[in-house]
Amino acid sequence: MWKFIHQLASPPHFYRIAQILIPWLAVPGLLLIGYGTYAGLFLAPMDYQQGDAFRIIYVHVPSAYLSMLAYMTMAVSAGIGLIWRIKLSHAVAAAAAPLGAWFTFLALATGSIWGKPMWGTWWEWGDPRLTSELIMLFLYFGYMALRGAIDDTTKADRASAVLALVGAVNVPIIHFSVEWWSSLHQGPTLIKEGGPAMDPGMLYPLLAMILGFTFIFGALLLRRVRAEVLFRERRTRWVKDLVLSGGS
Amino acid sequence: MNSEDESISMFSGIAGIARRDLLLAWKRPGDVLNPLFFFAMVAALFPLAVGPSPEQLKFSGPAVLWVAALLSMLLSLNSLFLSDYEDGSLDQMLVSPVPLSALALGKSLSHWLTSGLPLVLFSPIVAITFQMPFSVTGYLMLTLLLGTISLSLLGSVGAALTVGLHRGTALLSLLILPLAMPILIFGARTVSLVASGDGVAGGLYFLAAYAVLTLSFAPFATAAALRISNE
Repeated sequence: MWKFIHQLASPPHFYRIAQILIPWLAVPGLLLIGYGTYAGLFLAPMDYQQGDAFRIIYVHVPSAYLSMLAYMTMAVSAGIGLIWRIKLSHAVAAAAAPLGAWFTFLALATGSIWGKPMWGTWWEWGDPRLTSELIMLFLYFGYMALRGAIDDTTKADRASAVLALVGAVNVPIIHFSVEWWSSLHQGPTLIKEGGPAMDPGMLYPLLAMILGFTFIFGALLLRRVRAEVLFRERRTRWVKDLVLSGGS
Repeated sequence: MNSEDESISMFSGIAGIARRDLLLAWKRPGDVLNPLFFFAMVAALFPLAVGPSPEQLKFSGPAVLWVAALLSMLLSLNSLFLSDYEDGSLDQMLVSPVPLSALALGKSLSHWLTSGLPLVLFSPIVAITFQMPFSVTGYLMLTLLLGTISLSLLGSVGAALTVGLHRGTALLSLLILPLAMPILIFGARTVSLVASGDGVAGGLYFLAAYAVLTLSFAPFATAAALRISNE
């Protein structure tokens, strides 16, 4: 087991293993998303309150969930890289950030589109989840900006890792404080998650979408890490051999 | 070196850094006064922009003062390690036998004494122009006191990460502002709650807890960041 992990941390090994893993994540991911999309749009019953507008949750909920998962992936691998000085995990953190930012943006955009027919407005500051998602996006921007501002890769890795860890400590605090803040507003009667139990016909497509998004996130992440590894190791022998042999 | 020596050198390190920075601030009063003027000016922008209606000013006062205080703290944080970086004192700190986190704590302490505390003391004057009653002003000062401690400490991490970078100013704001949002939320909302006559213990406890949290962790993060920035 330990030997496997040690081997995984070596870039050429990882590069090969990731190539094998990617289809195993991408294919089930696409199948699940395909089923979730079809079932969510056509099979799931209409919501008695929200009509067809609720169907955006099939994109919104997985995106919001992944925005958190990507941040966790980023912070944990940045922490591992900082403590054990594993270059590969810094590459994972670097690759996870833009993906997380994108999922966060997707969650915000779909939340806003859903908000228009529901609340009659594109943006509602009173909703704590939307607001903390926005702050999450700023956190990603800060992380990527810091990384972009430092030219030296090793330094950028370590500096941004400190930021990711400080951010990770703050994410729950931000979430909690935004919730406290909005609870003092007049309290628009939003649809509460976990309120009425969901119809299985609605729930299964949602679970499929969440699982599918996670698989796709994994596949995209591995693909990005592979590119990142290739770029970082561009002066090494194995990359040269790889290019000369014309392999992928 | 036994542990007693170590603790002596640690406290003398904190005190030494703080004393030196306070002396520097005393010799260059502009560094302390400029953020205060900035605070007053940002606060003055709002009445000019939204109009002079006293009700509206009274309503938005806590928020405006808190946003102005946050921005003013950011302004002064930018130069926290800059002169040390430029004149080589930072390298001396890195090789000093005193733990770097203790020196970072000393830097935060002096930063708070030269920018947070003046802001707390100066805020009632600006608050008067926002028609804030004296009873509320006391809470404004209390929240600012707790909030600026957290901001000094949290900001030192950002300042340490961006020291020596060309585009440091905008970057520092981008790094620190999202992290500082809980402080702003609790600071400003607590003052608004006092103004509307509600209970505020929760907000004050949160600000105090956050100050303790940053006090416990930020010096270590700052020290780590300083080492990375100067590798």
